Amino acid sequence: MQLSVWTYEGPPHVGAMRVATAMRGVHYLLHAPQGDTYADLLFTMIERRDARPPVTYTTFQARDLGKDTADLFQRAARDAYSRFDPQVMLVGSSCTAELIQDDPAGIAEAMRLPCPVVPLELPSYSRKENWGAGETFYQIVRHLADRGVRPAPREARRPLVNILGPAALGFRHRDDVREVRGILDTLGIEVNCVAPLGASPADIARIGAADFNIVLYPEIGDSAARWLEREFKQPRTKNIPIGVGATREFIAEVAALAEVDPEPALEDGESRMPWWSRSVDSTYLTGKRVFVFGDATHAVAAARVAHEELGFEVVGLGCYNREFAREVRDAAKLYGVEPLITDDHLEVEDAIAAAAPELVLGTQMERHIAKRQGVPCAVISAPVHVQDFPARHSPQMGFEGANVLFDTWVHPLVMGLEEHLLTMFREDFEFSDDAGASHLHAHAPSQPIRHAELVSASSPQPDTPNQEEDWTPKQVRGDGENSIWTAEAEAELKKIPFFVRGKARRNTESFAAEQGRAAIDLETLYDAKAHYAR
Amino acid sequence: MKADAFSLPAESGCSAPSEREVLRAPVLRERGQREVFCGLTGIVWLHRKMQDAFFLVVGSRTCAHLLQSAAGVMIFAEPRFATAIIEERDLAGMADCHEELDRVVDRLLARRPEIKQLFLVGSCPSEVIKLDLGKAAERLGAKHAGQVRILNYSGSGIETTFTEGEDACLASLVPVMPASAPDAAPQLLLVGSLPDIVEDQFLRLFAQLGIENVGVLPARTADGLPAVGLNSRVLLAQPFLGETAQALEARGAQRIDAPFPFGAEGTTAWLKAAAQAFGIDEMHANSVIAPGRERAKRALEHHREKLAGKRISFLPDSQLEVPLARFFATELGMEPVEVGTPYLNRKLVARDLDQLPESTRISEGQDVDRQLDRVRADRPDLTVCGLGLANPLEAEGLSTKWAIELVFSPIHGFEQAGDLAELFARPLRRRDVLQV
Ligand code: SF4
Ligand code: SF4
Repeated sequence: MQLSVWTYEGPPHVGAMRVATAMRGVHYLLHAPQGDTYADLLFTMIERRDARPPVTYTTFQARDLGKDTADLFQRAARDAYSRFDPQVMLVGSSCTAELIQDDPAGIAEAMRLPCPVVPLELPSYSRKENWGAGETFYQIVRHLADRGVRPAPREARRPLVNILGPAALGFRHRDDVREVRGILDTLGIEVNCVAPLGASPADIARIGAADFNIVLYPEIGDSAARWLEREFKQPRTKNIPIGVGATREFIAEVAALAEVDPEPALEDGESRMPWWSRSVDSTYLTGKRVFVFGDATHAVAAARVAHEELGFEVVGLGCYNREFAREVRDAAKLYGVEPLITDDHLEVEDAIAAAAPELVLGTQMERHIAKRQGVPCAVISAPVHVQDFPARHSPQMGFEGANVLFDTWVHPLVMGLEEHLLTMFREDFEFSDDAGASHLHAHAPSQPIRHAELVSASSPQPDTPNQEEDWTPKQVRGDGENSIWTAEAEAELKKIPFFVRGKARRNTESFAAEQGRAAIDLETLYDAKAHYAR
Repeated sequence: MKADAFSLPAESGCSAPSEREVLRAPVLRERGQREVFCGLTGIVWLHRKMQDAFFLVVGSRTCAHLLQSAAGVMIFAEPRFATAIIEERDLAGMADCHEELDRVVDRLLARRPEIKQLFLVGSCPSEVIKLDLGKAAERLGAKHAGQVRILNYSGSGIETTFTEGEDACLASLVPVMPASAPDAAPQLLLVGSLPDIVEDQFLRLFAQLGIENVGVLPARTADGLPAVGLNSRVLLAQPFLGETAQALEARGAQRIDAPFPFGAEGTTAWLKAAAQAFGIDEMHANSVIAPGRERAKRALEHHREKLAGKRISFLPDSQLEVPLARFFATELGMEPVEVGTPYLNRKLVARDLDQLPESTRISEGQDVDRQLDRVRADRPDLTVCGLGLANPLEAEGLSTKWAIELVFSPIHGFEQAGDLAELFARPLRRRDVLQV
């Protein structure tokens, strides 16, 4: 048994729902008790979908157990077919149904429904959401792809590709697809199908017509793409176009596979990120310590952008999905950090505290952790939250995606010039410790976490925009009572701007501990400063 | 207190349907797909109410994900609930499972010394593999005796629907309530978890009425658990507490029959029923109740214009549907078209059910697709439904109100009557205001 408070991923059948909901003409019959219907709200509330997910739950009860749960499943299958008239039906079990072993696949097959049925075996007690999505998509492709469909001869036509991986409840999938389509357009490449997002079973049947596959989210698209590579001889892309460098490599890779000239897409006049990063105000970004955590694909990409394109120092890198741990391990080597592969948020919290970053790039979970630790944070990965579905176009991929990354990662940090001014005016009453930077709203009431607990219950959203502002630099304020600091050193510490004071305190304390110094006086403080100077 | 105070009022249970009810069309019973949370969800408000209690669900990743999604958050570092997620290797052997559970509980209690009550909460998977949490609670309770009270109940979706989780939780507390002394003074037991602010309002009113001995279930802390016995009169604050009421009756308590305390009239009748049961002078009771009642009426006046004449449908959710429909019908002039409830406890909601218009369709259980067909055909002005259905209905042009807010927000009593009306008026007002 694993004790879990918050989870990064839902059960695998939620992954299957993300695929079914993304597609058209698909219905998912899930053998599950009534409480499992909560999953609908993920789609209708978080993603604001205007229709129910295409899922029928059998909602068996205790009194049905041992006699007619299988019967119930049959009835539900018949009703769902006649009501929704799907072109394909997915059938499977949730965690509870897996235990009662009704064999939905067998029952559905015996029923000879008038549409193709794709049985899903998603082991709930060992697998999780991303795996469930990947497996479901793979099964759909395997069952529906028409083996007779192959690319037409290349003469007299444009290259044709599939875009694989985008799904419902994905982190900015909608906007990424638009960016990638833009790139393909510029290169003169046509899209055969985007799947699962927006694809119909007929689209999947014709998947073999494409020359190759573009895999945007390996967590969801990779199994299917590998199978297509084996069975249909369709090559697949390996670059994920997040960041300027990766986007350029992606363009080169795609152009090579399509045998077209990459230049038109490479010279994108809308790519502002490189200049924004080189401009003089960004100097203060140099060497900012950043901790990165998310799904493997987004975390690895974010670490690269942070390191190469913003000049940050990556002080932590990890992911919650073990299936892709290898990619994270390889990347961690590049930055000389210990990879953190875990789905235990308390472990992540400890790792962040230990790394003492100046910026956290993570999921909504890390956003809360960072909030508690008084560190700014930007969200880079699922699990998603209602705020991750902005009304405006806000991609992560392509050159526009890189522009977005610059804005969203740099914004939470204190601006360069401002940092300077704050230091200059720190004696001014307006800049007293309790005032803090106005954009961090550190002057908000100081018990937001308790308070937020109350409010959270009335809202289906992780928190309201107001609480977002409730950003309390706890550690910055928590000047220790019976500390080993001498009065003089303590006073000196107070002169350091509040937004770096917490780090200075931590650094000095760990330096003192390392050096075995009993007290922290002025000497120790400045020795530590010299020690950590970069 | 005079002995005859206890003989009032007689119960009007389901065995004796009232005249009005005879005229009503029979209850529509549905047995199809349900679209309602399971009883685990109650943990979201129960853990806030019982401040030294921890809720440990023994279940699957789905259960953990449900709690997280229903709580809607990852806000606080360590809330007082968690899930012990059963994994593949636990399913291999039963002995293993109990050992694992002991390990998890020991670690948890070591980490959280402030915890005084621990609920082991059963789920569908734990029920299906027949993991005996009663036995586990006994074993662990003995081990941690003196430090923590360990109880168990099931919040599983195969046995409980949404608010029935609270019922199961409170029922699990009944056996450990102390027995009141044989000569104890008459006691009022207020049963059902209410936000503290509402509970305090009621306690003040009971004190003003002259009811001195009042116990509250659930108590805010472990040591506040009230006694129960022949001297206890149970006043339910929530309509979904059938099992708890029965368990209390089995220990000698008697239930006071009353409508539920929503709005000016519901709250008045509820308080009066309590006053009557305690032989409080009617004039005195009226004078205590009058100011709050008047305030509530004034507050409701603001919303009358918006709500009167509007047609409303309730989809089954919290079992609050019947009392709330009563409130909106009799106090705000709304017209309940369909009142769906996951389970109709006729005995407990009799006084509210009686007041619903004859034209109102009452449905019990659910077949969500057929229910939505009826909503589309009825086209009510407002549909009260779960979070999974709200946006899809809005997209079809139907205004909705999220039912879940009704269990998370203070809505009972005089001082909240206006807020309750406001919750329902807001979607309608918004619809009028928007020009996009
Ligand atoms: S319905 Fe059962 S399996 Fe699903 S969340 Fe509730 S208790 Fe867990
Ligand atoms: S809000 Fe104030 S401190 Fe923050 S960025 Fe803007 S000007 Fe600077």
